[in-house]
Amino acid sequence: MRRRSEPGVPLPLLVPAVLAVAFLVLPLAGLVLRTPWAELGPQLTSPAVGQALRLSLVSATAATALSLVLGVPLAWVLARSRARGRSVLRALVTVPLVLPPVVGGVALFLVLGRQGLVGRWLDQALDVTIPFTTTAVVIAETFVAMPFLVISVEGALRAADARFEDAAATLGADRWTTFRRVTLPLVAPGIAAGAVLCWARALGEFGATITFAGNFPGTTQTMPLAVYLALQQDPDAAIVLSLVLLAVSVATLLLLRDRWLTRAVR
Amino acid sequence: MSLAASVRVDRGPLTVELDLEVADGEVLAVLGPNGAGKSTLLRVLAGLLPPDDGRVAVGAETWDDVPAGVRVPAHERRLGMVFQDHLLFPHLSVTDNVAFGLRTRGRGKPAARAAARDWLARVGIAELGDRRPGRLSGGQAQRAALARALVGEPALLLLDEPLSALDARTRLTVRAELRRHLGEFPGSTVLVTHDPVDAMALADRVVVVEAGRVVQAGTPADVSRHPRTDYVARLVGLALLPGTGEGTTVRLDGGGRVAVAEEAAGPVFVAVRPESVALWPARPEGSPRNVWPARLVSATPHGSTVRCELDGEVPLLADVTAAAFAELGLAPGTPVWASVKASDVAVYAR
Repeated sequence: MRRRSEPGVPLPLLVPAVLAVAFLVLPLAGLVLRTPWAELGPQLTSPAVGQALRLSLVSATAATALSLVLGVPLAWVLARSRARGRSVLRALVTVPLVLPPVVGGVALFLVLGRQGLVGRWLDQALDVTIPFTTTAVVIAETFVAMPFLVISVEGALRAADARFEDAAATLGADRWTTFRRVTLPLVAPGIAAGAVLCWARALGEFGATITFAGNFPGTTQTMPLAVYLALQQDPDAAIVLSLVLLAVSVATLLLLRDRWLTRAVR
Repeated sequence: MSLAASVRVDRGPLTVELDLEVADGEVLAVLGPNGAGKSTLLRVLAGLLPPDDGRVAVGAETWDDVPAGVRVPAHERRLGMVFQDHLLFPHLSVTDNVAFGLRTRGRGKPAARAAARDWLARVGIAELGDRRPGRLSGGQAQRAALARALVGEPALLLLDEPLSALDARTRLTVRAELRRHLGEFPGSTVLVTHDPVDAMALADRVVVVEAGRVVQAGTPADVSRHPRTDYVARLVGLALLPGTGEGTTVRLDGGGRVAVAEEAAGPVFVAVRPESVALWPARPEGSPRNVWPARLVSATPHGSTVRCELDGEVPLLADVTAAAFAELGLAPGTPVWASVKASDVAVYAR
């Protein structure tokens, strides 16, 4: 499959391309170079880092689970139903993709905060307060990351041959059975890829989290928040934490490439 | 359990309007070119597409009745369907594919699997039950698809171009097997195909559909011997010439005359089989009463012979041996003489 390489990339293309690579890779290389390897062990085992790491993993995983439960059915509706206004719905769903996360945090606060539209009712009727809790972290991350899952699963559903669903119907399967026993297994690779993407996005979430959930160690201080805070007090700790996030990102990428992205849908 | 359907479906520029009746144990072939509405018809019968008007009934059950507002969803219809490219679920084993319909209709897993294995044995692929469909050959996959359609003992069997994805050799075998299974199937069968050989080999009755309407219906033998449209004539390899009978001569609408053995009167069709047309480099002497000058338009290999398309006063198809083709020195544009015996010309009322 390797294409014969044309000799000589034109200079006006080559120079910017090399600059672009340098621009993207150098900061990461710098991060690795500046890592105080001797301190790596003690830093990683410090209770503060462990706490932030654990909170990050738990909340990103919870956000991914929530996104799966809500996002896969939404993707099905977008891909399969013939309801009117689907394009409007799709546009609305993708807004969080392009919205600055801080704005998302503000919006969540206005709705779910103690004085918010829904938050006031939750506070009074159920005595539930969401802002500045771990729940708020999960909600903020879900808000930002779920669209990645929805878009990815919708794409997989569109690419999947809908005639398999016709075949299932002629075999006595109603739409729910068809979804469970035919559609879901067919698009499983797409769902897995979407979930990984969603999880990675949730793990790196900063803006919406700090706005809506705050920055309390142990309850809402996730890794990105810890990095930001550490940079002002203990730069070495910030570097170590960043390295961990970089490693997770690279691992995610490798996982996507090897396990799902290159596996063609039959 | 006979099928009675009378439906109308509007598909943009094409309106499909068809009446069908298929008795128990009968196989009806719906023959027609691509885009004639054959697959639309099957989708309506299967309940995958709502008709715009009409009724579909199988036995005592009404599946569609548009005026009365009745519509049974696809999954509640007792039918089996075989698709052109089999559509076996890629994530399930062959056995589980065949068992799928029994499971959705409430049969327990062990019972469904046992019934599936029985059917795999009946279609001759008992040993392949544990494989994924991706690891089956085309013929094996189509056998599995047939087993999957029949295992639920449907009242109606729908076959959508079941052989067209197979290579020529496999096709022959699978067609023979399919014929046997259709013979044993007690319900009604509707077979959609654009291959006249499938229709002739498998069906008890043929309807020819063009542009959403039935243009001809009859037994396979009748349709192949007496085509009524150019499409059918071309399919069965006949030259079809409309004309007016005047005793033992037919005056063709396109000009020219054809001598026939039987007397004919009024509007008729004349059909000439390509193998009964002889070609000559010069006007032949002797008995044939039908001799026309013609010009070769195209020639294509056709089995052991060469099929020549001729233009002239009377447009014809002629099959000649490769040797004769070379001897005549035929090339597009070559003038030749074509002759046909009057007794080799079929004539029937329009």
